[in-house]
Amino acid sequence: MMDNIIEIDNLYYSYEDEDNYSAVIEDLNLKIERGSFTVILGHNGSGKSTLAKLLNGLYKPTGGTVKVNGMLTTDEDKEFEIKKTVGMVFQNPDNQLVASVVEEDVAFGPENLGIAPNEIRERVDYALKSVGMYEHKDSSPSRLSGGQKQRVAIAGVIAMKPQCIVLDEPTAMLDPSGRQEVIDTILKLNKEQGITVVLITHFMNEAEFADRVLVMDDGTILDDGKPADIFSKVEFLKKCGLDVPQTTELLYELSKNGFDVSRGIISAEETAEAIAKLF
Amino acid sequence: MIKDLTIGQYYPVNSLIHSLDPRFKIVLLVVLLVFTFIADNFFALGLMVAFVLVVMVISKVPFSMYLKNLKIILPILIFTMLLNLFYVADGVVLYEFWVIKITVGGISRSVFMSLRVILLIIISATLTYTTTPNDLTTAIERLCSPLRFIGLGSAVHTMSMMMTIALRFIPTLVEETEKIINAQKARGADFESGKLMQRVKAIIPILIPLLISSVRRAYDLAEAMESRCYNGGKNKTMMKQLKIKNGDIISTIVVIIFCCSIITLNIFF
Repeated sequence: MMDNIIEIDNLYYSYEDEDNYSAVIEDLNLKIERGSFTVILGHNGSGKSTLAKLLNGLYKPTGGTVKVNGMLTTDEDKEFEIKKTVGMVFQNPDNQLVASVVEEDVAFGPENLGIAPNEIRERVDYALKSVGMYEHKDSSPSRLSGGQKQRVAIAGVIAMKPQCIVLDEPTAMLDPSGRQEVIDTILKLNKEQGITVVLITHFMNEAEFADRVLVMDDGTILDDGKPADIFSKVEFLKKCGLDVPQTTELLYELSKNGFDVSRGIISAEETAEAIAKLF
Repeated sequence: MIKDLTIGQYYPVNSLIHSLDPRFKIVLLVVLLVFTFIADNFFALGLMVAFVLVVMVISKVPFSMYLKNLKIILPILIFTMLLNLFYVADGVVLYEFWVIKITVGGISRSVFMSLRVILLIIISATLTYTTTPNDLTTAIERLCSPLRFIGLGSAVHTMSMMMTIALRFIPTLVEETEKIINAQKARGADFESGKLMQRVKAIIPILIPLLISSVRRAYDLAEAMESRCYNGGKNKTMMKQLKIKNGDIISTIVVIIFCCSIITLNIFF
């Protein structure tokens, strides 16, 4: 049975600017299955961040509809319910933390929902443990690394008990080890707690573990499929302005020159194995 | 690094004073400040000094930290001393030269006044040394919460939210300022030499990028807060509940007894 947490129909969105009316999102249709891990790939300006903000009702559609668990994001009575269901993590870890103590920041969401203090305490501890930041609960965010800050931001969302987390380029401002921390955390949440994940990124190697990859450009979805299928289309990805991982590109070049290697592989180990098989 | 700069100079140790409820701490220390002025003879002030010394010891904050605070106000201290020394003409004259006349009354007055200033500084420093800025914010919000009965509830919330965000962003903005300064220096900006006006003008290329980036941050933060169901503090609960502990009640009693003794000493001497 298909159970969709997010349903988007004929979505249009344009910023209010009378002089040059140009749609950022054009006729976008998308269904996101509950419990899935979806990666949306696109270069800067492809409309992917705008799409993220449309998912939890921060932006309201200009045309078409966005439904979260069947609730329209334009329904003002459901505003909190929607934001509680779809949590958001943004790009800049510094600009989304509110309090100067980690645990108080994580408590911010539940506090706004008016939850009883002892339950907030439980949720905060649980959230911090699930992102592995419990031992830093009394630190100040300014003393944490980028990856740690981003994990705190994720904990802040988890504390609201969301069914879905939308992450808008959460790793764009992090160093490689911070990136890995964040990706591992997201994967863990998806696999262990069954939280639906929508990861928006322009790093293709983050799409490796996804159930489904969407490629976006000019405000519309150009391709949709399993990671391996998408990654084998190197020419197409390059045309969309995406940086293809070196491993994928190597295999692509090899196969283009007549070597029999499977394409659509991302990890360095698998690439090495695939090449080793040739000899 | 400036990043490690602590706002409000909190000194992290575990002491009885640190563990007090910040609301009680604020009220009790304000009472002590008031009584520093009420104590109007050497006996009362002596008791005050003794009490504050005990508080300093209990707080486990090193005396050198308190001295650092006093160093800052040294000019004011000296000014107070000299002013009282020369202007109070009372009692036996010890030294007289031209218009300067030093009397016993003058000396005692100047010692008295400087002790008062020192006490004021130490008492307020105790509050900031033993209470984190966050606790202070929370305590101020709670102490102001009765204002909601006269319709100022959302104003109190707004104020405390502003304080929280300001505290949160000070280190971030300091770091950002450092980055901008370095970036401008790398492009040949000169902040160290030149006349005053030139130096003031040199700050502009730091301030403008800082302002712009702060506005951007504000937009981002607003969206992040909205995504986390922030609605201006309506029906907001608090995870951290301030609980009145035995220590708070005992310290209140101690301070009350102390205040009574000050009044008694004032009356009898």
